[in-house]
Amino acid sequence: MTKMSGAQAIVEALKRQKVEVIFGIVGGAVLPLYDVLYETPEIRHIMARHEQCAAHAADGYARASGRPGVCMATSGPGATNLVTGIANAYMDSAPIVAFTGQVNAFAVNSSYMIGRDAFQEADIIGITTPVTKCNFQPKRASEIPKTLKQAFHIATTGRPGPVLVDLPKNAQTETAEMKFRDSVRIRGYKPKIDPHPFQVKKAVELLLKSERPIILAGGGVIISNASPELLTIAELLMAPVTTPLMGKGCFPENHPLSLGNIGMHGTSASTKLILEADVLLAVGTRFSDRTTGKLDEFCPDAKIIHIDIDSAEIGKNVGVDVPIVADAKKTLTAIYQSLTSKLQKGKSSQWAKRVREVKEQARDEMSGGEKDLKPPRLMKELRKILPNDAIVATEVGQNQMWAALYFMSYKPRTFISSGGLGTMGFGFPASIGAKVACPDTPVVDIAGDGSFRMTEQELACSVIEKIPVTVIVLNNSVLGMVAQWQRLFYGRRYSAVDLGNVPDFAKLAKAYGAEGTRVGSLKEFSKAVKKAIKSEVTTVIDVPIGYEENVFPMIPAGAGLKGMIESEEEL
Amino acid sequence: MNEKSHVIAAIVEHKPGVLYSVANMFRRRNFNIESIAVGPTEQSDLARMTITVNGDERTIEQVIKQLNKLIDVIKVSRLDPSNIVSREMALVKITAPGAKIRTDVINYANIFRARVVDVSPESLMVEITGDANKIDAFIASMKPFGVKEVARTGITALSRGVKSVKIEE
Ligand SMILES: Cc1ncc(C[n+]2csc(CCOP(=O)(O)OP(=O)(O)O)c2C)c(N)n1
Repeated sequence: MTKMSGAQAIVEALKRQKVEVIFGIVGGAVLPLYDVLYETPEIRHIMARHEQCAAHAADGYARASGRPGVCMATSGPGATNLVTGIANAYMDSAPIVAFTGQVNAFAVNSSYMIGRDAFQEADIIGITTPVTKCNFQPKRASEIPKTLKQAFHIATTGRPGPVLVDLPKNAQTETAEMKFRDSVRIRGYKPKIDPHPFQVKKAVELLLKSERPIILAGGGVIISNASPELLTIAELLMAPVTTPLMGKGCFPENHPLSLGNIGMHGTSASTKLILEADVLLAVGTRFSDRTTGKLDEFCPDAKIIHIDIDSAEIGKNVGVDVPIVADAKKTLTAIYQSLTSKLQKGKSSQWAKRVREVKEQARDEMSGGEKDLKPPRLMKELRKILPNDAIVATEVGQNQMWAALYFMSYKPRTFISSGGLGTMGFGFPASIGAKVACPDTPVVDIAGDGSFRMTEQELACSVIEKIPVTVIVLNNSVLGMVAQWQRLFYGRRYSAVDLGNVPDFAKLAKAYGAEGTRVGSLKEFSKAVKKAIKSEVTTVIDVPIGYEENVFPMIPAGAGLKGMIESEEEL
Repeated sequence: MNEKSHVIAAIVEHKPGVLYSVANMFRRRNFNIESIAVGPTEQSDLARMTITVNGDERTIEQVIKQLNKLIDVIKVSRLDPSNIVSREMALVKITAPGAKIRTDVINYANIFRARVVDVSPESLMVEITGDANKIDAFIASMKPFGVKEVARTGITALSRGVKSVKIEE
């Protein structure tokens, strides 16, 4: 037991959690906490220029490292500005812990307290309840050690997710005897880690009987570090692997069994083969509408094995034949062990041939035109330049789908994108967070001009804090993805999508003290990227592309996988 | 699919905000609560929620899983309607000006084993306990007299026999 202030206890708890960095913005209601941070050199505070970006940066940090990201904001507007970032982390199961200041929970010297609409009071607990895994509001300093222990435990275990801790000012300023425990017990929270042996047995039986197995590997594979196990099972079964956006990178995309992305903008190989499969092994994925398209056309003939640590995901969207509620790594290990002893080799050679054939057909489409400054070409060029472990983040829209389709990811945690919420402006601050987590790895944000404008002010953060990342703006002067829909489904009635030619992104970057350049050819692009990833300062590479480019293949909204189109003419 | 009324018992942390997060989950996931009754349990730090929900089998399964997912919800059980005692209480205020009407109301109340708990020159208040059907029937029979106000508690229920929805420490 030690006597200290609530603010000191928060910082002590952060140190015990081995938190090295906080992304945040200060304000009145967190002054006591920031005063302790002032004398805590072990924890680096990185000032974002907007709280939304502090949350995205914490998210990017978490996704790149697997460790919890921490963000911090003051009460009221600081707290509400965090919300988009928290909701984004919630949809993509990213472990972040968000701290917000709050007005006093108990009157101290008769100043205003919670519930009386004091200056900068916002009900952030009420606001974030639907977008956090859990949230806390310790009303007394003495509750802080236990609360923080629980917050980090909940954020990082089971299906990870954001946890918010709202800190009334009195809980920061009061002193109390603090007891820091190493163990944590929450009676309503016991994630199920180990797979049920009987369910594993049923899954193995299905897989053994299967002639055309396919694996759908989602973000859960990355979160549970199950990539090696996934690879061995895929190779053992000769089962092709397709990944929804969140799973990109969990299986090396240059592997012969990789089919790439699946869903609204999936590769045609993924779409075709999943329709032919007789058993679908789905791991750590939640069958989102963007992945499945119309449900009754999704894998109609396949038996489905669904592994997820969140039991509420099982049967939520898709009925399954073998549900397994457990950790992905543990389950894949168990399945592999049982399979190896039973499998006769060479059984699925027919299917392997079919997989090769479909991939071969899809090759042309994947070349995406060899002309200069066509996005698919740019993505492939980028892949050639970047080392295998480079981290690529994306914004939202066409840029994101070009990256997903044409930039091959080889390793888990190297592709960071806003999948569930689809938050424009996520990629750049997330890149900053990823770079902080992996300072020796090049980090590139593949951006659209519309998205980059939403969080470009973080150039200030990246320059001042010396966090050099590369931003590639695929600049079509339009909200491209929306324009694509208007072009294809609304008779080219371009409503409110034109962005004009402002700003000059190279000049904008320079105004912040970053590097900025505009390229006019593939050669210039390569040169600029090579320079940027070695630069000590953030670089914005402005790449003008056509106004009317489309991303294909595409499954129109509301259609099923069979409705895939590969050009405008097919509509 | 066939929609039915289901009774769910949830043991939750007895602390502020829990009802909010439960109610919020129902709203956010587009589930409908028909009734919810909350009260403390035999353990002072636990509360029990009895929730009735209308829906098909798949919906109810999701409701239970989503409830279980909430950190402050400790245990969720679905009660088997054929093997529970379920009760609801209602207070019903009835317009009853003359002696004749009063006698009629009191007679009805007796038939339903309900009790008159308040009398004023213009009205009577009746307390009735039973399953939801019984209360519906009583209120329906009071309609002709004029039902001024009704307050219902929502269903609360326990399964029969020794089995219990208890938390082992
Ligand atoms: C915050 C936010 N606002 C609006 C949208 C809707 N939206 C989806 S894609 C898109 C266009 C994105 O434009 P841009 O960043 O230029 O990328 P492009 O599609 O041109 O590559 C819009 C407006 C969104 N996803 N997020």
